[in-house]
Amino acid sequence: MQLTLEFGGGLELLCDSVKIHNVNVSLKNEVDKLTMKDLLVWVRTNLIKERPEMFMKGDNVRPGVLVLVNDCDWELSGQLDTTLEDKDVVVFISTLHGG
Amino acid sequence: MESEGGQAARILSEIDTLKGKRSDIDNRISALEAQLGDLNIEKNNGSCPSISTGGFGHGLSPDMIYRYSRHLLLPTFGVEGQSNLLKSSILVVGAGGLGSPALLYLAACGVGKLGIVDHDVVELNNMHRQVIHTEAYIGQPKAKSAAGTCRSINSTIQIVEHQEALRTSNALDILSQIAVSITANFVRYDIIVDATDNAPSRYMISDCCVVLGKPLVSGAALGLEGQLTVYNHNGAPCYRCLFPTPPPTTACQRCADSGVLGVVPGIIGCLQALEAIKIATAVGEPLSGRMLLFDAFSARIRIVQSILHIFKSFFKVKIRGRSLQCEVCGEHSAFTQQQFKDFDYEKFTQSPLLVAPVKLNLLIEDYRIHSRELKEKIVKGEAHVLVDVRPAHHFKIVSLPNALNIPLSSLEFRLAEISSALKEEEKRKGIGFDSSASLYVICRRGNDSQRAVQLLHKVGFTSARDIIGGLEAWAVDVDPNIPTY
Ligand SMILES: [Zn+2]
Repeated sequence: MQLTLEFGGGLELLCDSVKIHNVNVSLKNEVDKLTMKDLLVWVRTNLIKERPEMFMKGDNVRPGVLVLVNDCDWELSGQLDTTLEDKDVVVFISTLHGG
Repeated sequence: MESEGGQAARILSEIDTLKGKRSDIDNRISALEAQLGDLNIEKNNGSCPSISTGGFGHGLSPDMIYRYSRHLLLPTFGVEGQSNLLKSSILVVGAGGLGSPALLYLAACGVGKLGIVDHDVVELNNMHRQVIHTEAYIGQPKAKSAAGTCRSINSTIQIVEHQEALRTSNALDILSQIAVSITANFVRYDIIVDATDNAPSRYMISDCCVVLGKPLVSGAALGLEGQLTVYNHNGAPCYRCLFPTPPPTTACQRCADSGVLGVVPGIIGCLQALEAIKIATAVGEPLSGRMLLFDAFSARIRIVQSILHIFKSFFKVKIRGRSLQCEVCGEHSAFTQQQFKDFDYEKFTQSPLLVAPVKLNLLIEDYRIHSRELKEKIVKGEAHVLVDVRPAHHFKIVSLPNALNIPLSSLEFRLAEISSALKEEEKRKGIGFDSSASLYVICRRGNDSQRAVQLLHKVGFTSARDIIGGLEAWAVDVDPNIPTY
């Protein structure tokens, strides 16, 4: 499944300072659907190069990270249970506090 | 004939005297302008209408018509928009990178009462983005400096300075209750602009706005990115709805550590002014329930269409009869003014309200060394290796001679380089098997160097010591020619 993953607000520093990743995430088997829960595990294993605790806490993203699936807050699509489809764009963005 | 040194001292002393006089004059001008502003407001609110005030059925004087004519010419804004703006009162918390442009535009556009909260002073290394301040105000309170600039842009509006940090003890008063300005005018702010730079302030201001029922225009910027949204307005969520749990402190980067391109908070601050104007005038669609994400590096602006935790929760309430989850603005939440006053935002977010550099103390004394002591050892020719654990781009700004740059993030993978550097130094200094070269670690302020020494001790470099206070201390105690940044 082709997905575009974007990291912002400093999270890109955890994956070699690359903001946009076009990735191919393979499903375990044909019947399974890819959920955000699966994707987080995949991202932690395949993209996060350092300080994984800055990205995840438990099986969720850490506090202060907004997740957008196709520009929509993932809270609206079911959070961890959100089902992903081919060509979806998932954005992980850390909130900023500076000024 | 006077020596060059004597002449320089005389000039410096005269500059100091003149600066003192200028400061006194500035203060007097500020006070008089504030007084004049109050007189004008009283005159405009007077019971005896003249042709110049309200003579055209809309309350705009001829001077106002002329000053704001380009607003009045906007069909969607017009007389009504401008009148609303003149009646509005807006409080900007923070006169820094975001607050500077926001205040400039809010003063220029004719907000009736404009409040400025800031406890800090103007510093040269912030002037690349805090564009409301001028060099003449370095060392003076930002609130005073910003107010001075606002008055020079628009002397017809009321500017209120709050030269203090916003805290739970004064926030309710400053935001609305019994705030008395320096000229004894009662001030109530309709709209709050969060232009602060730290997590506890953001939670505190949002909670305060919920408690008082005020819209909050919130902006943030760091590096090459900015974020903007309007909280607690038109049914939009509050800050806590989106972020019920504070982020780990390590995720709260500061401009003073991570850097910021000056124009980025400039853009977000301008957008904050815009949103505040839209709310004040009820013109247009405010950015409530939506969030704007700005990426300056790739020139992209993304507007997240619906950050609707609360709407969703409302929906849930109706369907399942569950209570709203937000602890502050939720339907069944009873977050009172007293609870607000008692809430410890620093403890909640594990970070200080007043942003000051953190000073860690992770190591026992034996593992640490003062910069002066190290300098003496170096002068005596002690065999040593100095590792600088700052990021490479910091190292490029300034570094000590012969320092080996191994950033903290890659330290554990580059231990071999330290081993070989130590061996080389021992060979160079002709040290035998019975003794070895010392290992010193430096960073910018003396925090990362302690983390590095902890790591080094763990993997067997038991002679590693960190330089207390880092390069900043070195610049103060050993070599004033080392630039600080
Ligand atoms: Zn809330």
